[in-house]
Parts: sequence; structure tokens; C-alpha cells
Amino acid sequence: MYTPLRLFITTALVAATCFFTLPASAQESGHDDHNKVAESVNKAEHEIEHNLEKSEEKFNIGQMIMHHIADSHEWEFSHGVAIPLPVILYSADRGIEVFSSSNFHNDHHEYNGYHLVHGDSEKIVPVDEARVIYDFSITKNVASMMLSAIILVLIFTSIGKAYQNNKGKAPKGFQSAMEIVILFIRDDVVKPNVGPNYEKYLPYLLTLFFFILVNNILGLLPGAANVTGNIAVTMTLAVITFIIVHINANKHYYLHLVKPTGVPAPLLLIMIPVEIVGVFMKPFSLMVRLFANMTAGHIILLSLFGLIFIFQSMFIAPVISLFALFLNFIEIMVAFIQAFIFTLLSSMYIGSAIEDNHHADHGH
Amino acid sequence: MSLLTPNPGLIFWMLVVFLMVVFILAKFAWKPIIKGLKDRENEIQGALDLAERTKAEMIKLKSDNEKLIAEANAVRDRILRDAKEASDRMIAESKDRAAVEGQKMIDSARDTIRNEQHAAIAKMRKEVATLSLEIAEQVLHRELKDKESQEKLIADLASSARMN
Repeated sequence: MYTPLRLFITTALVAATCFFTLPASAQESGHDDHNKVAESVNKAEHEIEHNLEKSEEKFNIGQMIMHHIADSHEWEFSHGVAIPLPVILYSADRGIEVFSSSNFHNDHHEYNGYHLVHGDSEKIVPVDEARVIYDFSITKNVASMMLSAIILVLIFTSIGKAYQNNKGKAPKGFQSAMEIVILFIRDDVVKPNVGPNYEKYLPYLLTLFFFILVNNILGLLPGAANVTGNIAVTMTLAVITFIIVHINANKHYYLHLVKPTGVPAPLLLIMIPVEIVGVFMKPFSLMVRLFANMTAGHIILLSLFGLIFIFQSMFIAPVISLFALFLNFIEIMVAFIQAFIFTLLSSMYIGSAIEDNHHADHGH
Repeated sequence: MSLLTPNPGLIFWMLVVFLMVVFILAKFAWKPIIKGLKDRENEIQGALDLAERTKAEMIKLKSDNEKLIAEANAVRDRILRDAKEASDRMIAESKDRAAVEGQKMIDSARDTIRNEQHAAIAKMRKEVATLSLEIAEQVLHRELKDKESQEKLIADLASSARMN
């Protein structure tokens, strides 16, 4: 999105320098014009370069933020320090292709007939535009997600073992620390919202909470991926919740969609579309809430750090660092809150779909 | 904007990874954890119930004990009262009997005294009569001698009789 602006500024600068320097060189062409022309051209070039550098610096703030938020085919910890990740492509004609993303490190970002495009986010496009490819690469987000999955499995299987080994004993150490969270989710989030049949949904909701929490917190680490701030991830989670709700929903839930009780017949024309839109709004709001909260947090933090590079001042850096520290604490809080909210709302959607509605029927 | 367009590859991996995590955790983590938590809760509930039951039993035992103590106290009081009554009665009875006995004894003593008195009086009368007879005999013996000695003799006899 910045390329047109960049082109415009560059051409404008070139035009301006030519416009101002040409008459001057024309006036003094009588003396040693060859020298003068060369000098002024050099000067103009230097100025253009300087302006380009300056403008590039400014563009880099926006690009830097987008680059950090978006997914990538390699895991970059700092400038130049990056782990290449496997690229997995599927196309009808070539089948599955697997190669390292470091192969794109050349002048044209091109390898084996594929081109790595750096826009707001990276994209692999075939050089031959007629081909259709599907990109199943292990990107930075996928790698980070797998890392958090491994962390989750290690932590909770060890806690599960602790429960089997310490049967009849008081919990201790990390087990009791996690127990507080698990009990909180079970007793204060799932049980009151899902209702008496909560145990069937408890494993999913607990996993949901800890998966979001771990990814949120990992995302706050410097150089980490922004997994839960990616709309594909939140969409998948929301869709899974949506599917669970609608597989388990009872008759009352579906009846309520097409025939809300106590609504006059003419109003049904409005009510039924509203109810049906509501069904899809719920997962949509789940998806957008988590995505927007996590992305916004990252953008704020990155903008603050970007300010340091814009001002390039010794004195602004400590102030901004303090402020960023403060915001980091808020982001840690947000990481917990968003995991909690996602789980809470999922529980509520499940609970509202499976509850026995007979009291509501008489209530109208 | 690319930020808002979900990437199909990422959705695929997300589904695979997340569903695997759900499956693995549900089987190897949540199952034992939830079971452990529930077992412990049941244990605690059981212990609390037992304590409650024991407390109720203790209260019952305590009230039983109190009842027993009250009964025992009542029995003791009754026994004490009975004993006191019995002893009082016995004392009263023995007092009466003693009084009666004493009266009887006094009466019999009085009778004896009276009988003795009568016997003594009768004996004395007899003695006096005998003495009088002896005196009269002696006087009669000495009557012939003189009148003066007769009188003296009578006086002697009288004094000796008085002395007896």
C-alpha cells in the first residue's frame, strides 16, 4: 500500500531537483560547464538518495508493524537473524513440494518457479500465473502454534500424572497453581453457563482457555508470532465453537430460530432474519474480539517502539520504554482476559443451545 | 487488507494442531485431572458428612448420658430420701419404744419399791411388835424389883428401839 506513495514522492523529488538545478547550470554553462553539470547532477542524486532514505525510514514504521503482526515464512528474531521454515506447496500439476524458505533469499525472491511477494504480509505466488497453488507452509504462526501445543501437552500431561500419582494427597507446586485456574474455569465459567451437562464440554473449553492463554502470552515475547492476533486462528476457534453449539443444540434452540414464542406473526418477518443473523454474529464476534484485541495490543506496542526510531532521540527512548513497559503489563492482563472471555462466551453459547427451555416457554 | 483475509494454509494447520491438542489433553490431561479433582471433592464431602454424623451421634450420646445422669441422680435422691425416712422412722420408733420401756421400767421399779416398802413396813411392824413384846416381857421380868429401875429400863429400851 505504500508503493504508490513512495513512487510519487520519488518522482516529485527528481522533478523538483531537475527543475531547480537545470536553469542554474544553463546560466553558468559559459565557464567550465562539464564540471558544473557533473557536480549538480551528483548533488541532485545525493539529495534524492537522502530523501529516499528519509522517506524509507518513515515507511518502515508502518511496514515494520505490519511485518511484525503478519505471518511470515521464516521466523525472524531480529534483523538478519531468522530461522528458515519449511514451505509446503500443493498444486495440481506438481503435487506436494517441500523446500526451505531460505531458498527465497536471493535478489528476486524467486525459487523453483515461485515468487515470494512481500506486501502487507508474505505470499508465495507462482511465476506462471495460470497455475493455482495451495500454500500449506509451516509459517511462523504455525510453528509458534505447534510450540505452544507442545508446551500445553507437556504441562498438562505432567499435571495429569501428578493427579494419578498423588491420589488422596494435597496438590503441591505447579499442580496446585494450575488447579486454581482449572477450578476457576470449571466452577465459575463452565458450570454456571453450560448447565448440569457441563462435563461433556469441559475438556474442549479448558483446552480452549489454555490454548488461547499460552498463545497470547507467547505472542508478547519479543520476536514471537502473533498467533491469536491472526484472523485465521480466531476464525478456526470460533467455527469450532459454532459447530459444537449446533451439533449439540436441542429442539428448543432450533425452534426458537424459526418460531420465536410470543412474537406476533407479522413481526416474524423481521424476527427470523434477526435470529438467524444472530446465530452467525456470535462466532463472528468471538473471532473479531480476540483477533482485534491481540492485534491492537501488538500495534500499540510496536507503534511506541517505532516512535523511538522516528524521533531518534536519547531522551524519548526511556519515556517510551517506561510507557511500553506499562502497556506490556496491560497486555499480559488482556492475554488472560481475552482467553477468559472467549471461554466464557463459548460456554454461554453452548449453554443457551442445550438448556431446557420449558421455563422460558411459560415465561412469555 | 491482508490482515483481515484468513490464510487457508494457516486454517488447516490450526485445525490440525488445535484438534490434536484437544484430543491429547482430553485423554491424557483433563480426564485424570478432572477425575482427581472430583475424587478429592467426594473425599472431602465424605469426610464432612462423617464429621456431621459423628457430631450428631455425639450430641445424641451426650443427651443420653445426661438422661442417665439425671436418672441416677433421681435414684440416688430417692434412696437417700427413703433411707432418711427409714432412719427417722426407726429413731422415732426406738424413741417411742424406749419411752415405753422406760415407763415400764419405772413403773415396775415403782411397784418393786412399793412392794419393798410394804414388806419393810410389815417387817418393821412385826419387829416393833416383837420388840414391844420383848420389852414388855423384860419389863414384866423386872417389875418386881423397883419402880425406879423399871422406869430406867423402859427409857433404855425405848432409846435402843429408837436407835434401831
